[in-house]
Amino acid sequence: MELFTNQILAGISTGAIYACMALAVVMIYQAIDHLNFAQGEMAMFSTFVSWQLMQWGVPYWGAFVLTLVFSFAGGIAIERLLFKPLAKAPILTNVAGFIALYSIINSVAGLIWDFTIKQYPTPFGSHPFLGSQLISTHQAGMIGITLILLLLLFFFFRFTRMGLAMRAAASLPESARLVGINTSWMIALGWGMAAAIGSIAGMMIAPVVFLEPNMMLGVLIYGFAAAVLGGLTSPFGAVVGGFLVGIFENLVGTYIPGVGNELKLPIALALIITVLVVKPAGLFGRPIVKRV
Amino acid sequence: MTAMLNIKDLRAFYGQVQALHGLNFDLNEGSLTTLLGANGAGKTTTLRAICNMVRTTGAIEFEGAPLAGRSTENIVRLGIAHVPQGRGTFTTMTVEENLQLGAITRKDKAGVISDIERMYDHFPVLKQRYTQQAGTLSGGEQQMLAVARALMLRPRLMLLDEPSFGLAPLIVRDLFKILGKINREDKVTILVVEQNAQLALELADQAYVIETGRIVMAGNAKDIANNEDVRKSYLGY
Repeated sequence: MELFTNQILAGISTGAIYACMALAVVMIYQAIDHLNFAQGEMAMFSTFVSWQLMQWGVPYWGAFVLTLVFSFAGGIAIERLLFKPLAKAPILTNVAGFIALYSIINSVAGLIWDFTIKQYPTPFGSHPFLGSQLISTHQAGMIGITLILLLLLFFFFRFTRMGLAMRAAASLPESARLVGINTSWMIALGWGMAAAIGSIAGMMIAPVVFLEPNMMLGVLIYGFAAAVLGGLTSPFGAVVGGFLVGIFENLVGTYIPGVGNELKLPIALALIITVLVVKPAGLFGRPIVKRV
Repeated sequence: MTAMLNIKDLRAFYGQVQALHGLNFDLNEGSLTTLLGANGAGKTTTLRAICNMVRTTGAIEFEGAPLAGRSTENIVRLGIAHVPQGRGTFTTMTVEENLQLGAITRKDKAGVISDIERMYDHFPVLKQRYTQQAGTLSGGEQQMLAVARALMLRPRLMLLDEPSFGLAPLIVRDLFKILGKINREDKVTILVVEQNAQLALELADQAYVIETGRIVMAGNAKDIANNEDVRKSYLGY
């Protein structure tokens, strides 16, 4: 029983990271109707930036905040330079853009910081949380940070003018323009926010998976699985999906014999395929109906 | 009266296809004008052209300022509210959020709040449903919401694209009554595109008839309504 509780809690803490990645993916998907394959690499690069800042002597939370700002600006820059010009291009052109972005960021990170594995600090320590052996302080910290982030995002989108404008621009761009919203900048803002959310995921997971240019590949695939499970049209669903996928991953790894770390990725992919076949809109997504 | 909107030699294109062939017309400040014509005559295109939602040549001036080169959202910010065909309702948001979105460019918070109350006076049904998702409203209620959303901008000019579309005749009468009231009391200049010519001519003071991208008839709404030739050849009743 203790093993079970332990696995659930561990699942929730990694699930928090998947929830962040899924949320970032869904935000960009809502804005431009494409999956950002480079979301993980953007997060990895941000994490390296925060590591570099700490190497230069900036304290953890200072580096954390500076990295958020850097990621936000970087996300906007990527949208303005690469994806705004591609807005009316066919899907495959955009996919090629994402793959290019993926490999560029990955290689540049390798060039600057090389491919050796680096330790990444945690501000929470890794002691037993509240004296319990079930969960470590870092895992609890991951969950806490994610919950704060989700709460802030909820208030932003629910109760601010800017949040309302962003929702409108994502749901009906033409109507949004007709009430005077600059939809193009709302998309850029969405990219900035997605990049910042991804960077939080990167900085939180780095102490667990260690820092190196390929650290986010597995995390992103689980993020995709979470987004697909929750529904690509539903930010709320993405978050729920993240936690579910985290728990699922841990339980399967623990209780199904033969599924070790090697098979964890195929499980995420199998989950994506199963959801797409059985319920393509996901748990909370709306089926997309196009009028022709 | 001075011309608020002045359109000269307006041509519009969808790809290679030309939809408007040199339109000329004016809207007087405070007027309620209707643009009539059959399917495919270019009525919707004319409204879209004013808001720069289609490629055009020619000149459009609003209160003396040319609109060429301005983005749709910047044109709206000048005080031109456009209720598009199909109403453009934000269906996944609540009625109240739709109204707030109509005023999203305004900075006067108190004014926005009192305007929302005013809209609830104009359209009591919206008040009953203000927390409801807009997509769950009936067609008529959604059209009321679309008009209310447009008014939240405090527009100088309101463009309406077939507000009667898909509505029961009684509801259309109500809606047109409200439009007349808005025009008189709030001093909003209105341009309404309609297929329901009879009703639109009762409501409007000016009328233009458009056929295959050209204005073929212009004048006082009553004269046009009483001109039997025009009625038979263009309006079909």
